[in-house]
Amino acid sequence: MSEAVLEIRNLGINFGGLKAVQHVDITVNKNEIYGLIGPNGAGKTTIFNMLTGVYKPTEGNFALFGEDLTGKSQRYICRSGIARTFQNIRLFNNMSVIRNVMVGLNDDPQLKCSVFSSMFRLPTHFKTEKAMRQKAKDILAIFDLLEERNNLSCNLPYGKQRKLEIARALATSPKLLLLDEPAAGMNPNETAELMETIRKIRDMFDITVLLIEHDMKFVSGICDRLTVLNFGTVLAEGTTEEALNDPEVIRAYIGG
Amino acid sequence: MEQIITTIINGLSLGGVYALIALGYTMVYGIAKMLNFAHGDIIMVGGYTIFVFMNATGNPIIAAIFAAVVCVILGASMEKLAYKPLRGASPLAVLITAIGVSYLLQSLSQIIFGPTPKTVIVADLGVTKIGNVTISNSSVLTLILTVIIMIALTLFIKMSKTGRAMLAVSEDRDAAKIMGVNVNGIITITFVIGAFLAAVASLFYLLKYPSISNTMGSMPGIKAFTAAVIGGIGSIPGAMLGGLLLGVIECIFNSFSEIAPYTDAIEFGILIVLLLIRPNGILGKKKREKV
Amino acid sequence: MTFGDITKKLKSVKWSHYIAYIVIIVFTVICMLSGNLKRTDIYLLEKIGISIILAVSLNFIVGFLGELSLGHAGFMCIGAYLGGKVSSMLVGSMGNGILTLIISVIVGGIFAALAGFVIGLPALRLKGDYLAIVTLAFGQIALIIFQNSNYETFGGAFGLDTPRYDYNSLYIIIFVFAIITIAAFQNVIRSKHGRAITAIRDNEIAAKATGVPVTQYKLFTFVMAAFFAGVAGVLYSYTQSKVQCTHFDYNYSIEILVMVVLGGMGSLNGSIAAAALITFLNEKLATVLTGNLAVLQNIFYSLVLILIVIYSNAPAFKNIREKYNFKKFKSLIMRKRDPGYISDDEGSWDRIPTKIKMDELLSVDISVQSDKDGSTSDSTGGDENE
Repeated sequence: MSEAVLEIRNLGINFGGLKAVQHVDITVNKNEIYGLIGPNGAGKTTIFNMLTGVYKPTEGNFALFGEDLTGKSQRYICRSGIARTFQNIRLFNNMSVIRNVMVGLNDDPQLKCSVFSSMFRLPTHFKTEKAMRQKAKDILAIFDLLEERNNLSCNLPYGKQRKLEIARALATSPKLLLLDEPAAGMNPNETAELMETIRKIRDMFDITVLLIEHDMKFVSGICDRLTVLNFGTVLAEGTTEEALNDPEVIRAYIGG
Repeated sequence: MEQIITTIINGLSLGGVYALIALGYTMVYGIAKMLNFAHGDIIMVGGYTIFVFMNATGNPIIAAIFAAVVCVILGASMEKLAYKPLRGASPLAVLITAIGVSYLLQSLSQIIFGPTPKTVIVADLGVTKIGNVTISNSSVLTLILTVIIMIALTLFIKMSKTGRAMLAVSEDRDAAKIMGVNVNGIITITFVIGAFLAAVASLFYLLKYPSISNTMGSMPGIKAFTAAVIGGIGSIPGAMLGGLLLGVIECIFNSFSEIAPYTDAIEFGILIVLLLIRPNGILGKKKREKV
Repeated sequence: MTFGDITKKLKSVKWSHYIAYIVIIVFTVICMLSGNLKRTDIYLLEKIGISIILAVSLNFIVGFLGELSLGHAGFMCIGAYLGGKVSSMLVGSMGNGILTLIISVIVGGIFAALAGFVIGLPALRLKGDYLAIVTLAFGQIALIIFQNSNYETFGGAFGLDTPRYDYNSLYIIIFVFAIITIAAFQNVIRSKHGRAITAIRDNEIAAKATGVPVTQYKLFTFVMAAFFAGVAGVLYSYTQSKVQCTHFDYNYSIEILVMVVLGGMGSLNGSIAAAALITFLNEKLATVLTGNLAVLQNIFYSLVLILIVIYSNAPAFKNIREKYNFKKFKSLIMRKRDPGYISDDEGSWDRIPTKIKMDELLSVDISVQSDKDGSTSDSTGGDENE
């Protein structure tokens, strides 16, 4: 049994009286690619929002490598090693591609440089800038975005914007990467390529991936294990095959 | 004791004026989702119109009618010329344009009427004495008319088709559009109603302070915005409540000579603190950030 | 180092970064050499320098952080009063020299920076319109307090008496401060901090999720901008023998905003040019347009504000903008690269992000627990797709 990276215990949130998510238990093991699926409105993105500190859970808790991160600030969680992408792409549209990634490196403890060293152009400034640029280029190279690094990010085609978002998330050197519908809007070729990339970055950066996806081909092709959500609660979980063949799951998806 | 009653009644009537202006802010904010910085200056335009027609005819009712017409035209054209092209653009752009419009109106009126304030006595309604309490009739009239207007406005929004369309647009512009609501038309109507209320407010304001200058609108404008925030921006009863509350507070502070010079500062302080601790005001709805 | 190395190095320098410094230095030197400047010209030069400092610092908030501050004159007011007070106190013991000036500039700047910190606190919770109103209210409060201050400390309604610096050197000192200001802002903007601040402007939610310390950066932006506005205030107090708080009214804040908008939000060089142009016009027009006509220039400014913003933001003009934009024009002249290309260090700062949804901008920071709005989770995500 490998080490558990993320442990979610009895997680839940109420919006007013509405229980959007309740009693969710998930354990994600090291270097796993774990899928979170379910019909629209099942609470998948809400779980992501809780895991990244956007929402504060009203019950339960979650821990990364044993450290309880429930209710911590977004920045603290990001520093602790959870990075995410968004369902609807959120890039810094008026900045070049490389700068988008460099913003991800902003909080890197090895690339510290106070405002004053920048203001007075002390040697630290030049050193960190150079290191940042190099690191950003390395990350972009993995995603085949090096050529476009000086284009505005909003001018990239859709598939590349999705990739850039992943690249930016990776720049924060996460241990757990949350991908919110990474394959949405991609054609089969791009999807296949994305699957390759996700596997590649998992191995290269030694990270664990938790992803939300609707594309069943993608899910069954890449996920090791799944949790199926419906109406904010766990419907089924297990290996991808088990979960997808669960009669409850089929009923929830197809109706009946 | 008599003093207190007089102060409160004065405060309520001043609050009524603020409430009328605040209604304009709140409706425009709720429906067009923008802060109309030039709203206060509509009062100023109303004031000058009243001044012109009072001098020409000497009849306050005719002057008031003309003020209403001019303000309504101004409100509608402001929306059509300056704000409509920016629909869908960044809020920062809309805000800066609104500031520009406000500045333009102030400068234009200064060039037409000169920098020295004009004085106009709209009507002298005298005072009523009840026991030892002296109340000016104009205050009472302001209060009564304000309440009537507010009730009428609430009924209009609740009952009429247009009013319900306004509610729909404020709730979700895109959905309203899909349901066949003429969103642009509704926004224009909102501006027109706001401008009309501002014209009425300018009449009442002149009854209290009979001096017109090109910046006369900005102070009541900001205060009315404060009132709208106190009540919860986007909420019509909130604007009324906030306006009345602010008016009373202002009159109470002004009655102490040591505090009086700082009244404005205190009101702005209230605004800042309120925005910080309860930005949704007393009756406002909360909005959630979506991720 | 051989001659070849030097020319190579010179070629790699991005001259566009230094245009502002060069122009200002050359200009100052010409003014110094020409000698015997008239009082009115010196006065104009001083004003231009101060306007540059103000416009550049306001642009940092408006163009880079993407928030609107209507209280910039308020920061300046605090600097002018407190710095002016310090200089008038020191003038007896230390003389009216450069040391006194530097001390009072620092003191005035620090007090303004403190005020910036206080105004920065609401900025953490408020955005857009609400924040603009708070800054406006702040400016008014500062004005009222100084107006009603007692006569001994700040002169109350009569204004504060401050020492006037030597006519022949003050404008040079002011230009030196202007250069320092530009350098400080440019260095911060062209660093990781500038990138983070622009990231907040472009997409605050993503910036937060990417680990950008949004809180610190917002506060820092306000503090730094306020500090330099305060510096401008102290320098202003040195150009006057009396500081009147009526000078720092709302209209003055708007005037600075006009400079920023005219020069292009997010363009420091633009702000500098616009600050110089508008201050120059102000002064020249004041002699031509007297009496009622003086207002004509306000009308001009307000029209500039409205037309520029509508032109550069209205969805209807998108095609025209893309056809005739400045970048394309530049690339035509320089005959290089396609206009979509920007180099690593250049930003396309000169655009305000236009795709932000109203809800996002108007929403105040909201804690979720007490939320009554019951829309659920991810199905609503679709709302945001434009």
